[in-house]
Amino acid sequence: MSFKEWFVKRSPLPEMWREHMAEYYAPKNFNIFYYAGSLLLLMVVLQFLSGFLVMAHYIPTARDAYDSVYGIMYDVHYGWLMQYMHVDGVSLIFILLYIHMARGMLYGSYRSPREIVWIIGYTTYLAFMAEAFFGYILPYSNLSYWAGTVITSLFKSIPFIGHWVTTLVRGGAGMSGDTLGRFTALHVTVVFLVIVGLIVFHILYLHKVGSNNPDGIEIKANKGPDGHPVDGIPFHPYYSVKDLFGFGVWLTIFAAIIFYAPTFHHIFLERTMSTPANPLKSLPDVTPPWYLSPFYAMLRAIPNKNGGIILMVVAVLFPFVLPWLDKNPVKSTRYRPITRIMLIIFFINFFVLAYLGEQPPLPKYFFPERLGAVIYVAFFVLLPLVSKFEPTRTPPARVRFRAH
Amino acid sequence: MSDETQDNKHAPNVTRRRFLTALVTVSGAAVAGTIVVPMVKSLDPTAAAAALATTTIDLNPIEPGMQMVALWQEKPVIVVNRTPEMLATLDETAQKGLLKDPNCNVPQQPPYCKNKYRSRVPEWYVGIKICNHLCCIPHYRPKKASVAPWWLGGFHCPCHGSMYDLSARVIKGSPAPHNMAVPEYDIDVEKKSVVVTKMYPLAHLC
Repeated sequence: MSFKEWFVKRSPLPEMWREHMAEYYAPKNFNIFYYAGSLLLLMVVLQFLSGFLVMAHYIPTARDAYDSVYGIMYDVHYGWLMQYMHVDGVSLIFILLYIHMARGMLYGSYRSPREIVWIIGYTTYLAFMAEAFFGYILPYSNLSYWAGTVITSLFKSIPFIGHWVTTLVRGGAGMSGDTLGRFTALHVTVVFLVIVGLIVFHILYLHKVGSNNPDGIEIKANKGPDGHPVDGIPFHPYYSVKDLFGFGVWLTIFAAIIFYAPTFHHIFLERTMSTPANPLKSLPDVTPPWYLSPFYAMLRAIPNKNGGIILMVVAVLFPFVLPWLDKNPVKSTRYRPITRIMLIIFFINFFVLAYLGEQPPLPKYFFPERLGAVIYVAFFVLLPLVSKFEPTRTPPARVRFRAH
Repeated sequence: MSDETQDNKHAPNVTRRRFLTALVTVSGAAVAGTIVVPMVKSLDPTAAAAALATTTIDLNPIEPGMQMVALWQEKPVIVVNRTPEMLATLDETAQKGLLKDPNCNVPQQPPYCKNKYRSRVPEWYVGIKICNHLCCIPHYRPKKASVAPWWLGGFHCPCHGSMYDLSARVIKGSPAPHNMAVPEYDIDVEKKSVVVTKMYPLAHLC
């Protein structure tokens, strides 16, 4: 008996390899948007590596945190590279998350039987938000300090136990070294492990029901004599090699950003990150990073504290029920022009809200912010009605694909 | 487009594919290498740690027969101001055959300290006070018969009983294999100062 036979008899890996790679049949008509998923996996691995290496030099105390981050930038060999990889990686992850989610919404990937895949994926997005927020606090710059103060203040709006929760989160009356300690612990252990676990389940649940495709038709409904979908191709080698090509292109973009525009015009790394925390000096305007600012714009849109927070929470939670708001038998918006137009308005509106959330809190932005909030909520409210009555074109019997 | 053209399979060009696979593998390894090197290098001692590389010790407060310990790169450096009587014991230990390496043939010190004093200037012993056995810190025992009846003065390790003379040469019967290490240093006798510059690369600390 060869060593290979001996090993294979005892190992679950060959079976897993077949189930998830070599004999996982994915539709053959994936387009460019389908790179986002594998690129997200790559980025999480890179964040783990760069994060581990900056953590090796980071000191989570109120006195030393800021200087230790500067030490990473100037004193650690290639510390600037690890630091910029980690900082710019966050923004790139959110770009990919938004592409990945927009893809799912355009082609109806959240629809039956993939509701749980959508819910796990959206939960992962929320976990990424928490991970990004905790990471944001760690350099203990003045922006970290005030962003931490503002965000932890949100918990005060919880009825009855708000103040207790706020104190628990902060580890004291206000932001301090104790807050830094627990946020460091959350950032590197609990939240990170939750993200990894959710990604594993996201993929397992996807592979149980199979991948959707731009045409939104089930390839499993049309199987060939070999028992495999006629419009499916094994993930390995076809998509693994395709994704490898995507890795190359993406890493080139990533490297270009790190080397030539690491702050990305102060969008990926704000100017106010470069002054140490000062409890006596609030920032001129506290704006969140671009990937969270759409929700922040909605928070500001309502001139009532609790009303704004409720709107923001509703806006964040609405996508969870998306699978049940869509009533149309056709999944892909390729064959549903009205929904497609609604979605495109929704996406543009989301980025307009992101822009507005970055602006100083001036009265001239109040109207566009409110309009943006109305459009955001209107999409979810109108979807059940529109999807029920909209005219649709008939999807093709087999996926549209041109061999190349 | 008909289903036949969709499912039409072309025979693959095997040579071309092998070449492309090799090309991708090699360039992929090159890309991985370019990031692995900075990643490993980032765990090197930082510039801040490297800036702490040298230590200057003021000899003025050390009276004859006295010693002082300074911290250099997280290691204790001992400076002993040896009296003529103490220097005389160095010949005695060697003559009695007590030492494992009386002539300092093992390069535990820079070449300019390869003498019975194991120092640049006979009176001033400068060395790292770490036992060659298992990295403990030996005690300084200058008094005669303070460790054993035959004791002429030297260093005695509390962990496993290694013994050294006043030049930190290891005494026979000790578990330590070599003399204690001497770092590279400069001494200015007039200004009474010692600058410990770097570890002597051949020396085996413990």
